Amino acid sequence: MIKSGFFERNLRFLFPLPALLFVLLLMVFPVGYTLAVSFTDWALTSGRPMKFVGFESYIRILREPRFIAALGRTFSFTFSAIIVEAVLGTILALILNREYKAKGAVKLILLLPLVSTPVAIGIVWNLFYDPTIGFLNYVLSLMGLPQSGWVSAASTVIPSLVLVDVWQWTPMIALIVLAGLAGISSEPYESSRVDGANAVQTFFYITLPMLMPTILTAVILRAIDALKTFDIIYAMTGGGPGYASETINIMAFKYSFEYFSLGLASAILVFLFFIVLLFSIGVLVVRKKFEV
Amino acid sequence: MKRVLVLLLLISMSAALFAGGTSEKGEEIRVLLANHPYGELLKNAIPEFEAETGIKVNVESLQESQLTQKLTTEFATNSSTVDVFMTRPLQEGLLFIKNGWYKSLDSYDFSDYPSNSVDVGTADGKTYIVPLVTEWQVMYYRKDLFAAAGIAVPKTLAELEAAAAKLHSADVAAFGSRGKGAAAVTQISSYIYNFGGNYLENNVAVFDSPEALEGIRYYGRMLAKYGPQGVASMSWENLMPVFQAGKLAMWTDASVFYGQVVDPAKSQVSAENVGVAQLPAGPKGDSPFIVVSWGMGMSSKTKNPDAAQKFLEWATSKELAIQGMLSNITMARNSAWRDATVQARMNPGLIATQAHAAANGYPYDRPFMSAVGQARDLIGEVIIESINTAGESAKLPALAAEKVKAVNDLLKADGEYGGK
Repeated sequence: MIKSGFFERNLRFLFPLPALLFVLLLMVFPVGYTLAVSFTDWALTSGRPMKFVGFESYIRILREPRFIAALGRTFSFTFSAIIVEAVLGTILALILNREYKAKGAVKLILLLPLVSTPVAIGIVWNLFYDPTIGFLNYVLSLMGLPQSGWVSAASTVIPSLVLVDVWQWTPMIALIVLAGLAGISSEPYESSRVDGANAVQTFFYITLPMLMPTILTAVILRAIDALKTFDIIYAMTGGGPGYASETINIMAFKYSFEYFSLGLASAILVFLFFIVLLFSIGVLVVRKKFEV
Repeated sequence: MKRVLVLLLLISMSAALFAGGTSEKGEEIRVLLANHPYGELLKNAIPEFEAETGIKVNVESLQESQLTQKLTTEFATNSSTVDVFMTRPLQEGLLFIKNGWYKSLDSYDFSDYPSNSVDVGTADGKTYIVPLVTEWQVMYYRKDLFAAAGIAVPKTLAELEAAAAKLHSADVAAFGSRGKGAAAVTQISSYIYNFGGNYLENNVAVFDSPEALEGIRYYGRMLAKYGPQGVASMSWENLMPVFQAGKLAMWTDASVFYGQVVDPAKSQVSAENVGVAQLPAGPKGDSPFIVVSWGMGMSSKTKNPDAAQKFLEWATSKELAIQGMLSNITMARNSAWRDATVQARMNPGLIATQAHAAANGYPYDRPFMSAVGQARDLIGEVIIESINTAGESAKLPALAAEKVKAVNDLLKADGEYGGK
């Protein structure tokens, strides 16, 4: 059949066009613009138009002890949250992976933290954490334990935030792992039983290796998200006390919307962009190894 | 046929791009208000304005820092459709004036305002901000606890410390004030002034002077010894519930919170047990801050200057100012304070502390500069260090000197350093 007319001949370009425009406009442009601004000294407080300054913003940021501290904090928050979530999520999935009544209801309850609004979660947890009138210190005092400063003390703020993240996101890992468990065939288990493997051996030599790609997928998704965590930290502490819970994202937010130093803020964000990118590539490489 | 279908599909998909592009030109303005008692009052009164003038007002209410962010983003990207907005002169006034985002208010009658409140929004002979709300620092205290302990309201900071020592218990913290770094900068300011210090002098940072450091140490010591738990991360929104729950005996903060402190729906402490006193005098001064916390401005990019002007005149009118005063909002207009109904109904503590602050106070509660946001974080580091060490920190002078240099660098970078 001879194709006729402009539209028929170019359908393969025309149909993806809206999606392509969407991606260019809403994803590529902001990243490109941020990159461009990061090479300028744009600061609204100066009242001057922006000027190209090369890598000056990057050098200034790298010399800022506050940035190095925020970088470390971003990683410690991410890794502690991810490790706890992966372990707890897998255990939870194994417990839930059997037939029982109300399985649907339990899964629904697990979904609830996932669909809650982060700011609402932040407010509620802040009420729990309040050192004077909060619920958690009340419970501690009932049990005769010393009270904690939770998010209001520099030493406990990161673990307290990790706890909220764990509360919210462990169910997601559990649900993904649960799906992975459903996909494991029963044959390896049958043959291992014939060979006389006990429960511990079955878990470590069959279940875990076969689940690993699934767990890693869940971990990658979570890690990329956790590196960029903003809403919960902003709603709960705003980076405080002092800078004690300031991650890179919070710092970039402050530099742009409180200090109006857009050049520096963009440089911080470009750093974060590359960190997340490198991290994702790294995990993908590791995951490839497991799949072989 | 197929060709027509494809064409129709493309048209219908692209139609959304043009949605909202056309609308008839009625008189319509966009107004941004703060989540502030006066913003609420305006929002409720706007239907009256619309009925009277036929101008449609699209209102958005935002929390104060979000308001600044939204305005800045819209103005900086040249995409703003805002006509009139509430604004914080000390926080963003200089920045907005510098960038030419306010329209100058040449025809507005400023004769009913204290001149120093108008000066804050004036540059090069042009005024850009109508003062709306003033606030000054006061001390809220629990009359019943004072009576039970048999002590009088402290008149000096030394007496305040003695009173706190007597009132403090495991159940009720004696003294609270903001401890959260940047947020504390405004509330510690009066303490620094009363010890003889300041943030800036002739646009040079001086908060590492011995006097200022003494004030910072006093504040840190008081909060560490007599403050509620976790005070170093508390701003007013954390302290108010503690006071309302009856777990705080004295609280120094802005006068604007009086209405909420005694609101029976929110507070477990009854209104007759809450006193309002002036901030105790220090060894070298008695100058609580008294500032224009909120003003109203008009966007220089407004497409409806006439409607915007009408709205501005109405929203800052004497009648609404009186209504504000009757809801315990302390307005900037002189005539609102002289109104007979207001004088009869207003809390006498508020009237007395206002008179004292108006006569002796200092019109800034933070370093007045464009980069105030960053400067507040820098000063906040010094405050937190002082609280964490109960004012004892040996490295406080060095830390303050380091931050003074950083603030001076900001002033220099923005071309505001030195001189007046």
